[in-house]
Amino acid sequence: MIRILYFARLREQLGTGAEELPASPESATPGAIIGQLKQRGGPWAEVFAGDQPVLMSVNQEVADLDTPVTDGDEVAFFPPVTGG
Amino acid sequence: MDQITIQTTPFDIAAIQEEMRAGDPAIGALVTFVGQMRDFNDGDPVSAMTLEHYPGMTEKALQKILDQANRRWELLGIRVVHRVGELKPLDPIVLVAVASAHRGEAFRACEFVIDYLKTRAPFWKKERTPDGERWVDARVSDDEAEARWRDS
Repeated sequence: MIRILYFARLREQLGTGAEELPASPESATPGAIIGQLKQRGGPWAEVFAGDQPVLMSVNQEVADLDTPVTDGDEVAFFPPVTGG
Repeated sequence: MDQITIQTTPFDIAAIQEEMRAGDPAIGALVTFVGQMRDFNDGDPVSAMTLEHYPGMTEKALQKILDQANRRWELLGIRVVHRVGELKPLDPIVLVAVASAHRGEAFRACEFVIDYLKTRAPFWKKERTPDGERWVDARVSDDEAEARWRDS
């Protein structure tokens, strides 16, 4: 399984902070996972439409759409950071 | 000697400075940056703020920033404390303290760490205004502040 996390504005828009997806070719990269999530429509299609910036990490390291994702990994999606 | 703390409770600025300063007679300079919550942002009064973070990734991202600072300058200790959860105006949000033998390195490393923290560490602010709650947008000026360090 792949653990998926959502933070801040994304978490609120999607109404969930975490879920699990089976490891498969459709979850082999963050880009592939986004493709899968968009098919759910509604807020999922909106959040990942590309209108708002979405950053991602794999196993808590900054990643991009093509970073490899394998079984047991943790993938997170979040807006640009605003700490400090 | 470096330390990263994420906490919901307030922190004691003077106690942290004293702990760092008193620990090592080789220290000739201690520079501290404290970021505190403003009661105004983007033209609106702000009465409270909630800070969210990504536990685990936050500590890793901050450790990487401290490693970079230690490679770049001769330092004798870095301390980062960042609050999460509910905050009110005047509450300190973040502290970055850097000790070194001389002030130049401590000043530069302190600014470097806070500039990178602002653009690299996974924290998100949500503020309460008279019109309701809103997520704070990332600032271009923060990206520019970080970019300066890449050419210098």
